[in-house]
Amino acid sequence: MAGAGGGGCPAGGNDLQWCFSQVKGAVDEDVAEADVISTVEFSHSGDLLATGDKGGRVVIFQREQENKSRPHSRGEYNVYSTFQSHEPEFDYLKSLEIEEKINKIRWLPQQSAAHFLLSTNDKTIKLWKISERDKRAEGYNLKDEDGRLRDPFRITALRVPILKPMDLMVEASPRRIFANAHTYHINSISVNSDHETYLSADDLRINLWHLEITDRSFNIVDIKPANMEELTEVITAAEFHPHQCNVLVYSSSKGTIRLCDMRSSALCDRHSKFFEEPEDPSSRSFFSEIISSVSDVKFSHSGRYMMTRDYLSVKVWDLNMESRPVETHQVHEYLRSKLCSLYENDCIFDKFECCWNGSDSAIMTGSYNNFFRMFDRTTWRDVTLEASRENSKPRASLKPRRVCAGGKRKKDEVSVDSLDFSKKILHTAWHPAENIIAVAATNNLYIFQDKAN
Amino acid sequence: MMLSKGLKRKREEEEEEEKEALAVDTWWLDPGHPAVAQAPPAVASSSLFDLSVLKLHHSLRQSEPDLRHLVLVVNTLRRIQASMAPTAALPPVPSPPTAPGIADNLLASSDAALSASMASLLEDLSHIEGLSQAPQPLVDEGPPGRPTGGAPPSLGALDLLGPATGCLLDDGLEGLFEDIDTSMYDSELWAPASEGHKSSPEDGPGKEEAPELDEAELDYLMDVLVGTQALERPPGPGR
Repeated sequence: MAGAGGGGCPAGGNDLQWCFSQVKGAVDEDVAEADVISTVEFSHSGDLLATGDKGGRVVIFQREQENKSRPHSRGEYNVYSTFQSHEPEFDYLKSLEIEEKINKIRWLPQQSAAHFLLSTNDKTIKLWKISERDKRAEGYNLKDEDGRLRDPFRITALRVPILKPMDLMVEASPRRIFANAHTYHINSISVNSDHETYLSADDLRINLWHLEITDRSFNIVDIKPANMEELTEVITAAEFHPHQCNVLVYSSSKGTIRLCDMRSSALCDRHSKFFEEPEDPSSRSFFSEIISSVSDVKFSHSGRYMMTRDYLSVKVWDLNMESRPVETHQVHEYLRSKLCSLYENDCIFDKFECCWNGSDSAIMTGSYNNFFRMFDRTTWRDVTLEASRENSKPRASLKPRRVCAGGKRKKDEVSVDSLDFSKKILHTAWHPAENIIAVAATNNLYIFQDKAN
Repeated sequence: MMLSKGLKRKREEEEEEEKEALAVDTWWLDPGHPAVAQAPPAVASSSLFDLSVLKLHHSLRQSEPDLRHLVLVVNTLRRIQASMAPTAALPPVPSPPTAPGIADNLLASSDAALSASMASLLEDLSHIEGLSQAPQPLVDEGPPGRPTGGAPPSLGALDLLGPATGCLLDDGLEGLFEDIDTSMYDSELWAPASEGHKSSPEDGPGKEEAPELDEAELDYLMDVLVGTQALERPPGPGR
């Protein structure tokens, strides 16, 4: 596609003019629980964009090839495939229903014409193959055109079947099902750079799988205490290093990140590096631990840095420095004085994700009121934008939003007390090479592009 | 009894939560309130404590509690409790409590008792989790790492809960607490479930009660905690 970033991918958040491109999903005020989007992920090329929802469905969008006859489509994403990935299950032993909600989707790097992705709910990971069929064979020797078997004795001549075009059909088929390895709820999956293995993490354990083997996996991290009464910390996210296939990180509910090297020990219960920022005594409160809980951890594409998201901020860490992050970006500091209320209504437990742009020069994360934030790491500027149907005219520029924390509210500012906390942007994704972003707002998927794109 | 509008509910009730914007005029936002103040508050109010107990209670009522939520609430509750001024130990009063009454009694219990109760709740969680170790993946000797899955943590628990598992979970909170209550007395003496539950001297209000948060349930919760105190259970980790 024209205009791929290349070496000169422009710096992220603010030198760009973000414009509305598309929105997917129902307009209805009444949102069906099953339609709530629970994960968003671009493929490695960016040509495909996958979403998972609470109803266990996966919808894949494909970017249209730009073509002269439809200049306005300009690389639009349209539905490519929809399939039911997970169904609700009932665990008879525990008398529990296992939710079909898709917690994460991760694409495998493309190695053939078909596309592969991993999708997971709380307990089971599935490998899906998405392939196209646009030809069919005609002229079989042993079958009639309608499929009936021909009597072999009546065949007097042989012919070579020929391939004839047919309407494009996209098929999704489950190729592997990786089940029964997690007692607790899976929160992360991550494909290794060796393209052969991947990890899955739940609250207390991380398992390593081979993509070809479903009947066994290896436990590489286990933080379950011998006595559950001593449980004070859980695993919240985990990821493999983008280049070093022996390195992984996992974050905890206490705001710490551990980096493990699988070469040093088969069991990575002991970390190689331990990242934690000392608590600021002046801002300590009863909620300090909750707001320090890391909800997402992502390596930069370069592999030199990693980013963590806690309740109020995003932090960038240099992998060579464990004592503190190299950057801290405030997402919605105005919420610090409202923590009590947010604890009461459980919003303080919301898990926001974060993502890097292709060149690692900018980062993005979501907030409340359908706001999302972008931080440019080179200019150190940030911007707040809103995903809303009101700004949804094609190619309309997004206007930066401002939140008034207190005092006199200026025109165009939104006061903290009028923020809608039911409109949370937990899941966002950035195209791997271009300035195109996908933002999930409850049951709607917004796609924004840079004007220059 | 105040039930905070924002507490997590079962899935079918989830649509009702968090529709409203952040309430402005709740007393939580009172800047004079110790829990809200910017400076590290010396003492939390008993209401924050109550709220946390309610959250813990509610979290445990889920058929499969969110472990992260549970752990964070428990840790916060411990912090709050630790900051509260210790009062003289009161004699256990298993009378129908009002919210302040519970708080007083809980305050009166030692930190060890509360920890022990929460610990038992978590331990019980572990037993329940252990029950669902489905057919295990094959064990492999060579490659690194541990093959996943072990046996459930305690076959004894499996025996006990056995056919009663359904009952345990049907009862919701009562069943859960009855089990915990038992574990505090003597785990080796668990007899195979005759009627499905080990009865305890402080049998709760009974299984017949609807699993709604009401005073009878809080009464039972308090009984469990206060009963612990009366037994002089040795505090500390690892029993």
